[in-house]
Parts: sequence; C-alpha cells; structure tokens
Amino acid sequence: MNTKNQLYNYILEIADDSLILGQRLSEWCGHGPILEEDIALTNIALDFIGQANNLYEYAATLSENKITPDQLAFLRVDNDFKNALLVEQPNRDFAYTLARQFYFDAFRKLFFEKLIDSKDEQLSAIAEKSLKETKYHLKHSSEWIIRLGDGTEESHNRIQTAIDFLWKYTNELFEDNQAYTEILDLELGISVSALKSTWLEYVHSILTEATLTIPNSPFSQTGGRKGIHTEHLGYLLAEMQYMQRAFPNSTW
Amino acid sequence: MEKLSIDELEKRFQAKIDADIKIEPNDWMPEAYRKTLIRQISQHAHSEIVGMLPEGNWITRAPSLKRKAVLLAKVQDEAGHGLYLYSAAETLGMDREQSIDDLHSGKAKYSSIFNYPTLTWADMGSIGWLVDGAAIMNQVPLCRCSYGPYARAMVRVCKEESFHQRQGFEIISTLANGTPEQKAMAQESLNRWWWPALMMFGPSDKDSTHSEQSMKWKIKRVSNDDLRQQFVDVTVPQAEMIGLTVPDKDLKWNEERGHYDFGVINWDEFNQVVQGNGPCNFERIEARKKAKENGMWVREAALAFAEKRKNKIDIKIKEI
Repeated sequence: MNTKNQLYNYILEIADDSLILGQRLSEWCGHGPILEEDIALTNIALDFIGQANNLYEYAATLSENKITPDQLAFLRVDNDFKNALLVEQPNRDFAYTLARQFYFDAFRKLFFEKLIDSKDEQLSAIAEKSLKETKYHLKHSSEWIIRLGDGTEESHNRIQTAIDFLWKYTNELFEDNQAYTEILDLELGISVSALKSTWLEYVHSILTEATLTIPNSPFSQTGGRKGIHTEHLGYLLAEMQYMQRAFPNSTW
Repeated sequence: MEKLSIDELEKRFQAKIDADIKIEPNDWMPEAYRKTLIRQISQHAHSEIVGMLPEGNWITRAPSLKRKAVLLAKVQDEAGHGLYLYSAAETLGMDREQSIDDLHSGKAKYSSIFNYPTLTWADMGSIGWLVDGAAIMNQVPLCRCSYGPYARAMVRVCKEESFHQRQGFEIISTLANGTPEQKAMAQESLNRWWWPALMMFGPSDKDSTHSEQSMKWKIKRVSNDDLRQQFVDVTVPQAEMIGLTVPDKDLKWNEERGHYDFGVINWDEFNQVVQGNGPCNFERIEARKKAKENGMWVREAALAFAEKRKNKIDIKIKEI
C-alpha cells in the first residue's frame, strides 16, 4: 500500500469514529432526560457529523476513484467501516451513553492534541478545529460522570454498571495499526498506544472524583479497526444508509 | 401610594395596551390576561417540544451528511425555542414541571399538526416549507404582542423559523427537480400536508373562542382567516414554481378580491385530531412521557449532586 493509500485509510478510520458516534448521539434528539441535555447531546452529535464530513471530504481527494463524502458514509458496507467497537455500542440509557462518551472524549482529546503536529497540513487543520469541540465534549461528559457517580444511589449504580461494561471496548482505542507504519514514520499520523497512560490517569482521576470504582478487568474486545464489528453496527448502517440504498443515484 | 380599584387598574392597563406600551412581568395585569398568556405561551412551548418528534424521526435516516447536519441543527433550534418559551411563561408564574405534566395528561394542548406522521424524507421538506411557513405567518404578528417577554422571544424564534422555512423549501424543490421517484415523493407529501397546514391557523374567525378578547389585548393581532388567506396567497405560487400541484380542486385566483379562493376545510378532521384521535396523538405523548420517566433518575441525580456540593462552586476537573 502506498503512502497516499495508507493516509486515505487512516483518515477514514478517524472519520468513521466520528460518524458512527454522531449517528448514535443523534438518536437521542427529542428524547433526552432534560431539555437542556437534549440540546447538548444534539449539539455534540452535530459536531461529530461535521468532523466526519470534513474528514471524508479530505479522504475523497486522496482516493484513486472519484468518490464523494456521501458515498463514503452511505454506500460502504459493514466491514468497510473501521470505527472502534466502542462508538457503535447502543445508547441503552443515559448512563451508557455518557460512559461511552466519556471514554471516547478522553481519548479523542489526547488524539487531536497530538494530531495537530501532523506533517500533513490538512489533517493538522482538521485536528485543530476538532480539538476545540472535543475539549467541550470532554468537559460535558466528565461533569456528568461525576454528577451521576456522586448523585443518588441509583445513578451511582447505573453509571458504575455502564463504566464497567464498556471498559472492554477501551483498549482497542490504543492499539497501533500495523497497516499505518509508513504514516507514523512520516509523522503524518500518531501512535495511539503512546496515549494510553495519560488517558488512564485522567479516567482514574474523574472516576475517583465521582466516587466510582475503577474497572480492572483484563479482558478486551477488538476488531473494529479491521472491519470486524459487533452485531450493533449492521442495524445502525441499515437505518443510516436506507435512503441512499433505496433511491440510488439521486441528489438530495 | 394611592389604592386603585380593579376597574381603575384595568382601565390603565387597557390604556397602556392601546398606546402600544409593552406589559412587563412585574406590571399589574388582569388575571384573565395572565391566564390567556400562560395558556398560549405554554401551548406554543409544548408545540416546539412535541414538534421535535416528527422531524427527529428522520434524523437517523437523512439521505446525506449535509441534510443530516441541517436537520439536527433545526430540531435543536426547536428545543431552544421550547426552552425560552417555557422561560417566558415562567415570568407569568407558570410552573414548568406542572405545565409538562398537563401536556402529558392531555390537559394542555399543542399544535395539532404534529399529530400527523412523517412517512417519507419529503415530509422534512413539507414540514419546513408548509408547517414552519404557516408558523411564521402566525408568529410574525406576535413579535408585536403586548406582553414584552413573549414578543421578544418571538423575534428570535421568527428569525430561526424563517431559516427553517427556506431549508424546507429547498428540500422539496430539490425533490421536485429530481428523479421521477423523487418528484412523486414530493407531490405525495404535499398532498398529505396541505390541508393540515391550512388548519394550523385555527378555526374560522366566526367559530374561534379566544380570538376577540385576545385581539383587544393585542395578544393576537391578525385574525385566523386573514392569516390563512395570506399563507395560501404566498404558498400557491411557490408550489407552481417547482411544478407541484396543490391538492384543492376549488383553488383559483380571484381577480376581484386579489386573493386565491380555496376549498372548504374539513373541520371535522381538525376537531378529531384536537380531541386526541389523530394518527399520532398517542405516539407523540407516549414519547414525551417516556423521555420524562426514563430521565427521572438523571434529574434526581443532578439535584442530589447539586445539594451535596453546593459549597463548591465548580466541579473540579483536572486538566490532562
């Protein structure tokens, strides 16, 4: 695989994380636990869809085939998607949604902070813009973890359950993909494994503040980066891609 | 301070209204004026919140990234409208939680239009174009409403609604100029939404229960029938421009009146929907109740947390 090809796939991976999580969050619209939170979740969903769009646009310019951002989002099949398993997990309830968000935001902040140094100007610019949003997302999700953890007995139990359950999907975020060695060598992309200890430290500090127990299960699930997903992704795509599949070759 | 009789207070109040001086939250106002406003503003707020559902129904299925983002932003605007309308009603002493419970029990109403289903993507176009279009006609005069907080909220609402109307028309015109299937989708959607949109202006003036007093108080400034006529006159040429047919065989331009004549509205249908028998009344309230019930533990947690930490101004979050 040449460098351009590697970069194309590398960007798709970041874009897919944003799109799938944005899609998940958008399911909350109109159903949030408080009106203010309905607005916040929708706003965050909007940021993720925007990030995905920027990244797909850039990826499309690197593709050897003539392809559009919409084709990348709506016409690829399950195993073309390279998002992490964490982001495709269903919303379940507010606790699961916020636990998923917290783990991911903490990763994403560290990720974009480093990606700003990419030798690829475009990618660096996208990282800089996205980082601003991500800092706000992380503040929002961290505050909710603390609030739910140190709220009522019920909220404490619910968020602890969600934090424990989703733990097994976090390690995947820090697996360096062997397919991108050239991208890393040329300093276009970054090593995610190097981010893990800082991430852990942050997660620990918030969970402690939230009076929650830090999960320590050694088991983890992986596969998303290789296109091997959980059962949840298929349904998400079926819904998201319905229009483009049912009415091909149309302009919307 | 001199003690004024109710008669005198009412006289001064009406004089203020006649002079187009805004009534503010702390001003004296007749109880009936307060009640009418609370009813109207909370109905309006409920409509914004329930109105998120028919469009929210298509966010996860929007056909392109751009459309998804615009629709998300639009539905988010509606949540925002709901939020500041509830706040406006709170200035009159309304209790938000009580008002929401009234909505869930069926005691408080919301705009009937949201009891119709969104069956195709084209309905996102029709809602923006027709429903928000009709809402703007209704709401622009409210920017001059006699109650200050409501009038000011409406200025902002109208600005955003006008953007919503344009994006809706853009969706529908894209479809109308698209493939034969897309054009058929647009026409079918117009067929379903046209008459319910006309009903949004409420009963004919002669049958409207609240209109007369509201006009005198300048809560309402243009009559239902005049607004409806204005809507028809503006919208029919737009449909023609994009090659869609308005589903009304009696529709024709009346040179003498300088307006379109249009067919008779089926008020039985309107009354049925208002009474709870529309296609989606149950589903809309069910969704709102579920959101409230499922969110109960979250709200309780937030309150408990605030109580525990009330001495700490900010939650401490360590920077990474």
